[in-house]
Amino acid sequence: MEIPYTVAERPDTGLNNVKLGIWLFLASEVMLFGGLFSTYILLRVGAVEWPLGAEFLNIPIGTVNTVILIASSVTMVMAYASLKLGDFAKYKTYMLATVLLPVLFLCIKGYEYYEKVSHDHLPSHSTFLAIYWTMTALHGLHIIGGIVVNGYFWGPGSKMWHAKPAMFENRVEAAGLYWHFVDLVWIFLFPVLYLL
Amino acid sequence: MSGSAEEVREHIATYKKIAGALAVGTVVTVLASYLDVSVAIGITIALIIATTKASLVVNYFMHLGEERSQWLMVTLGLTAIFWLVLMLVPLLTIADHIGVANTLPNANVHEIAEGEEH
Repeated sequence: MEIPYTVAERPDTGLNNVKLGIWLFLASEVMLFGGLFSTYILLRVGAVEWPLGAEFLNIPIGTVNTVILIASSVTMVMAYASLKLGDFAKYKTYMLATVLLPVLFLCIKGYEYYEKVSHDHLPSHSTFLAIYWTMTALHGLHIIGGIVVNGYFWGPGSKMWHAKPAMFENRVEAAGLYWHFVDLVWIFLFPVLYLL
Repeated sequence: MSGSAEEVREHIATYKKIAGALAVGTVVTVLASYLDVSVAIGITIALIIATTKASLVVNYFMHLGEERSQWLMVTLGLTAIFWLVLMLVPLLTIADHIGVANTLPNANVHEIAEGEEH
């Protein structure tokens, strides 16, 4: 049995179902990360001493990773725009970049983690490092999720474009909304952890 | 995003400008962290820049500015309110004893008392 799927905007919600669903999911994600940011503020305000992020973290590497994630957000929105223009070849190129850029992000993050581990800068070392590991690892899990979904829409999932283009566009738009959110979280994580 | 091919091309031109603005914002964020200011001012500056960058992403890449759904606005409005409450929770931890002399015992107070007894 095929699951009913409509891309039409519902008159009661003013949105199609996929878009409403992904926005509700993102709202729950805001609360998830919001709880962690709130915890960070609570622990930092209550701490007698708090290290500068630069004492433990590498600012140039963090800056490069920020640029990489922003670039992947740009390629994601360009992939979606290419679909709107009916240019599937461009879509594939932009989507491939959207998949590869976060892979590069994770490689750089992996190098950072390796450095932390080799200096014994583990979560048990200090409250700051516990927060760093928790928040960046949770964000990293979201990155992996995004790579899997976007990779699917670049590879096997893209066959849908030829059979049901409106449905495919709709799915890529939802994946894009998620991906921009992941970028948004990093936009706040970077200054909070690395620079303050 | 909806509309004709012409509108989509206009959107693409906007995306490129936003990409440039986000890159500049990132550089400014890093440079601002080297300013010789207090921690409170430093945090404020960093969060203002981050919020500006975030609003560009939400408005232009996520197209929230184009959405007209009241359901969506109410949902996100409630999310924003609850998020704000979450951010203010740390303040509540100090608000319960504002104006009261420090009545919380020092963590070492028992050890000191025990030491005096011996």
